[in-house]
Amino acid sequence: MPDHVIVTNDLKKIYTMGQMEVHALDGVSFEINRGEVVAIMGPSGSGKSTLMNLLGCLDRPTSGNYLLDGEEVHSLDDDELADIRNRKVGFVFQSFNLLPRATALANVELPMRYAGVDKKERIQRASAALDAVGLGDRMDHKPTELSGGQQQRVAVARALVNNPAILMADEPTGNLDSKSGKEIMELLLELNRKNGTTLIIVTHDQNVASQTRRTIRLRDGLIEEDK
Amino acid sequence: MNLAQAIREALESLASNKMRSILTILGIVIGVGAVIAMLAVGVGAQDTITGSISGIGSNLLFVFRGNQTTEVSRIEPLTLADAQALLDQFQAPSVNKVAPVVNADVKVIYAGESTSTSLVGVTPSYADVRNYAVTEGEFITQEQYLGNASVVLIGPDVADKLFNRRDGLVGETVRIQGQPFRITGVLESKGGSTFGSQDNVVMIPLSTAQARITRRGSDRVDMILVNVLEANQMQQATDEVAQILRSRHRTKIGEDDFTIFSQQDFVSTAKTITGVLTIFLGGVAGISLLVGGIGIMNIMLVSVTERTREIGLRKALGARKKDILIQFLTESSMLSLFGGVIGIGLGWLIAFVVGRIAAASGTPFTPKVGIDAVLLATIFSTAVGLFFGLYPANRAANLEPVEALRYE
Repeated sequence: MPDHVIVTNDLKKIYTMGQMEVHALDGVSFEINRGEVVAIMGPSGSGKSTLMNLLGCLDRPTSGNYLLDGEEVHSLDDDELADIRNRKVGFVFQSFNLLPRATALANVELPMRYAGVDKKERIQRASAALDAVGLGDRMDHKPTELSGGQQQRVAVARALVNNPAILMADEPTGNLDSKSGKEIMELLLELNRKNGTTLIIVTHDQNVASQTRRTIRLRDGLIEEDK
Repeated sequence: MNLAQAIREALESLASNKMRSILTILGIVIGVGAVIAMLAVGVGAQDTITGSISGIGSNLLFVFRGNQTTEVSRIEPLTLADAQALLDQFQAPSVNKVAPVVNADVKVIYAGESTSTSLVGVTPSYADVRNYAVTEGEFITQEQYLGNASVVLIGPDVADKLFNRRDGLVGETVRIQGQPFRITGVLESKGGSTFGSQDNVVMIPLSTAQARITRRGSDRVDMILVNVLEANQMQQATDEVAQILRSRHRTKIGEDDFTIFSQQDFVSTAKTITGVLTIFLGGVAGISLLVGGIGIMNIMLVSVTERTREIGLRKALGARKKDILIQFLTESSMLSLFGGVIGIGLGWLIAFVVGRIAAASGTPFTPKVGIDAVLLATIFSTAVGLFFGLYPANRAANLEPVEALRYE
């Protein structure tokens, strides 16, 4: 029996804009196995951001079921969702989203602060995570003192520091030059190989998608292709 | 997140926008400083006034003619005989000494110099009842009182005005209302009071005043001062005095034609007045604290808007509503706490300067910065920070993570 880390069943998200109902997601069902690398693609307006928000527990579906790592998350309240995000989801954003005034180390520590990890362990784990992404010598640098690729590495370290069940990367290479972009992709894939972290990459870059074994294509809120 | 961390983060965040933080804090500084200074001035005024009332004498009752609270058909004047009757050991055992007085405003002349002052016609017991002493000469004696002597005691202010000195005056003759009086003593300085200077006064025997200054005939007096034996007998003494006067004046029931004030009544009246003054001053100052609080709210709202993405990120990383709420509340509380602490210093400084100015202008008045005022201001300013921080913090805490992350 395959080990599903994500199971969605008829996931729908409907936004009401005035009189109009917009079906951003119109019934999406799929499973993702633990350790899989999946790209989610689709043109703008296809619902891929909405899907990412739902999978990342940033938002709740209008209807449908979503099982993340064995937990039903579609009916949780805001704080329970925050807790799930903290423990089970790591985020890598297109624009890095690091705290500009904090050092790399402090940025990586942040998720553990919300998890209530004590200071000693935080520093130890954050240092290890920064080592793992190759920034062991840059821990005390602030984001402004780092290159784009290095900033994204810090973000990856931050995403992984709580050992999440899934790593959601939203256009992780979108703001990077091609060389740094390639390095980040290599880093993510290497982490997947080494640690077995489930990797979900939302992108419209065909090059990125081609490096994953599986691609889910969305169009108009429905799965167009899943291979 | 524990509190120490929250405070450290709040400090970092405030430090990253120094000018803005300083200006916001300034609003609270001015508010708290004003509250502290105003309360200090109020309390100082209260202390000065009650102090000067207590300085009049001890365990005093003041008996006046007339009744201010109820309408009375017939009002008998107070007389020397009334005063004498109050000394009855059996009807008024708690009365120690009695000093009837008459008052008049007079002009005193010496060698072409003249000054306006208040004249008090007194009996020898007045010295004990009012704690008056002389720096030279002697107080009015029983013989002088009985003999309608044309002698006068002059207050130090009068001495300064007429003679430019306070000693060697016994034996000089001054004219009061055109009549010659021989100086037999100079009064010790009692300092200023809320009722005008107690030093700008002349005293002559009561009998002389009745005969030659007020010329009201018979033995009418303006006021009777009663010195009570013990402080805890004030109420009892008041009742005894009232009972004696009622029977002597044959008043109808409930129609007393006299009024008895105790020193305590004056003190409490003065306290009420200065209390209202203090509340008023504090209230005006409180408004500026309120304005400072609104300043905090304003800046926190700006801060929340500016940091929408940061809030979104924190939420994505697992921050609960409470975490965000605490983060922003800590920032606003820090602003107001700093403002409060600096404001206390400022308020103390203002109070100190006011005290110096008062001292320089000859008014004995010391503003007092009480611990309670400091506590009040600290608690109040932090509460202001919390209260005005609550709305922005709540707004931050309730941001949808999806919306916040998308915010440009």
